[in-house]
Amino acid sequence: MSTATGTESKELAPVRADSLAALLVARERPPRPSSLSTSLTFGWRAVLKIKHVPEQLFDVTAFPIMNLLMFTYLFGGALAGSPSDYIQFVLPGILVMSVVMITMYTGVSVNIDIEKGVFDRFRSLPIWRPSAMVGYLLGDALRYTIASVVMLVVGLVLGYRPDGGFTGVVAGIALLLVFSFAFSWVWTMFGLMLRTEKSVMSVSMLVIFPLTFLSNVFVDPKTMPGWLQAFVNNSPITHLASAVRELMAGHWPADEIGWTLGWAALFLVVFGPVTMRLYNRK
Amino acid sequence: MSTQTSGLAIETAGLVKTFGETRAVDGVDLAVPAGTVYGVLGPNGAGKTTTVKMLATLLRPDGGEAHVFGHDVVREADEVRGRVSLTGQYASVDEDLTGTENLVLLGRLLGHGKKAARERGAQLLEAFGLTEAAGKQVKHYSGGMRRRIDIAASILNTPDLLFLDEPTAGLDPRSRNQVWDIVRAVVAQGTTVLLTTQYLDEADQLASRIAVIDKGRVIAEGTKGELKASVGAGSVHLRLRDADQRPEAERVLRDLLAAEVQLEPDPVALTALLGAAASDTAADRAARALAELSRAGITVDNFSLGQPSLDEVFLALTGHDTGHDTKDEVAA
Repeated sequence: MSTATGTESKELAPVRADSLAALLVARERPPRPSSLSTSLTFGWRAVLKIKHVPEQLFDVTAFPIMNLLMFTYLFGGALAGSPSDYIQFVLPGILVMSVVMITMYTGVSVNIDIEKGVFDRFRSLPIWRPSAMVGYLLGDALRYTIASVVMLVVGLVLGYRPDGGFTGVVAGIALLLVFSFAFSWVWTMFGLMLRTEKSVMSVSMLVIFPLTFLSNVFVDPKTMPGWLQAFVNNSPITHLASAVRELMAGHWPADEIGWTLGWAALFLVVFGPVTMRLYNRK
Repeated sequence: MSTQTSGLAIETAGLVKTFGETRAVDGVDLAVPAGTVYGVLGPNGAGKTTTVKMLATLLRPDGGEAHVFGHDVVREADEVRGRVSLTGQYASVDEDLTGTENLVLLGRLLGHGKKAARERGAQLLEAFGLTEAAGKQVKHYSGGMRRRIDIAASILNTPDLLFLDEPTAGLDPRSRNQVWDIVRAVVAQGTTVLLTTQYLDEADQLASRIAVIDKGRVIAEGTKGELKASVGAGSVHLRLRDADQRPEAERVLRDLLAAEVQLEPDPVALTALLGAAASDTAADRAARALAELSRAGITVDNFSLGQPSLDEVFLALTGHDTGHDTKDEVAA
């Protein structure tokens, strides 16, 4: 903080009109950057923000670890006889739940950028329109990867042993990232649509809690009432959790992978254009 | 270059934007010559920012048309974005990033390579006297530094048209003068500047033409000279020794000079708006006012000759004031 006050109190160096004039003379412009390049640049911005505000990694480190420890030891004995047996079943599920839960921060960051005023500058640039949004999501993909690695490491320490080995685990995480990327467009839409950061949070909670808990993350749906089974068995989170669990166990669940990718495509096709429409109209 | 030195940078016809029931912009016609500073003057909520946002393609007009360098702001938005830059409190930089990072980020988005973006960023920071603060997060910048980095971010590629939306709001006089210097340097290189402001002296200092807007409409437009002539050449602020003499002073000024008189909250102070006439200057009229008051036996402790304030411009043009501090006496 001492640096901040130092800057404030010191006399501000004068504007150098001559060097400014020399800079303004150049009117030639570089060619327009590709959509990939602008998206990656926005992704780089997200990385810079992590560098400057490392506290924001709390939600992708402490929160997933807490989930993992809590559910493993809370339910393990009752549901599977012992926590070490339960973790074989529950780790991929909690991984899915935690990562899907933290996707909602995408909407919050979009909303904060609007509030802070940096958003309109991006919107006034002559670039591929979705690149700012894709940039958020690329930065988030990095956060999801961090969360996944952290949870796996803690899981391995607690006794989780994936039969699928390294390949199976990587395949499972890759599928989870693809789904989360597509699912995040729901939150970019809310981030643009709702007025305050708080309302974005509340709406996200309302969607994400039932969606993640009403799934096969914790227990086999066979013990649930019929009407609930109907919901749980068709939930995208159930498909995703089954697919990740099977991949990490060394199987190739083509059906579940297909369902998961289908849902991902649906989220992208529906909420991507809605987001971009709001983005252009804002 | 030809488009920068001739023709119109901005042309709008009947521009309208409504928010619910409110017509924020209600039929604005503007013609901004290229290569000049054009001032848009008006109080808070007059529709200045909404107009700028439509011209900068951030808001879609609900009616009317707007062209920037001949390009329609809705149908050819991308073309417009390629030629304009925007600085306003809502079009800012990222507070969490450093000055350098912000400029490199925007430089990359505008198509510069890593090295070129870095170089241009460093040169701009140097020209703006921000080299020392280059590695600090923008959230730690002072108000004046903040405005400089905002403007620097807008001229990474020299724009053909720069929107400056209230660039000096909330700045101290010194920082304000520095922003004015930057604006002058920018326009000297051929960039057209559309400046919105609440301050008449700012428009006066920088703009060659001014549009006064109120309640979403342009209520006056012209060169500074034309505008001032329409408003009155200026005003005399007087402080009397004795508050009891104020009604008499008011009568003298009104009857003998045909001046419009405003009574100030201070019981010994009053302001006379001096109408303009070709035959005498504001100074002549002020001298006459003082002479008349002295002849009437009214002691003036102190007087100053002022430019018309925005309040006075508004009063003259609309018959109501800007709403900043409503004075009941004004209507009298």
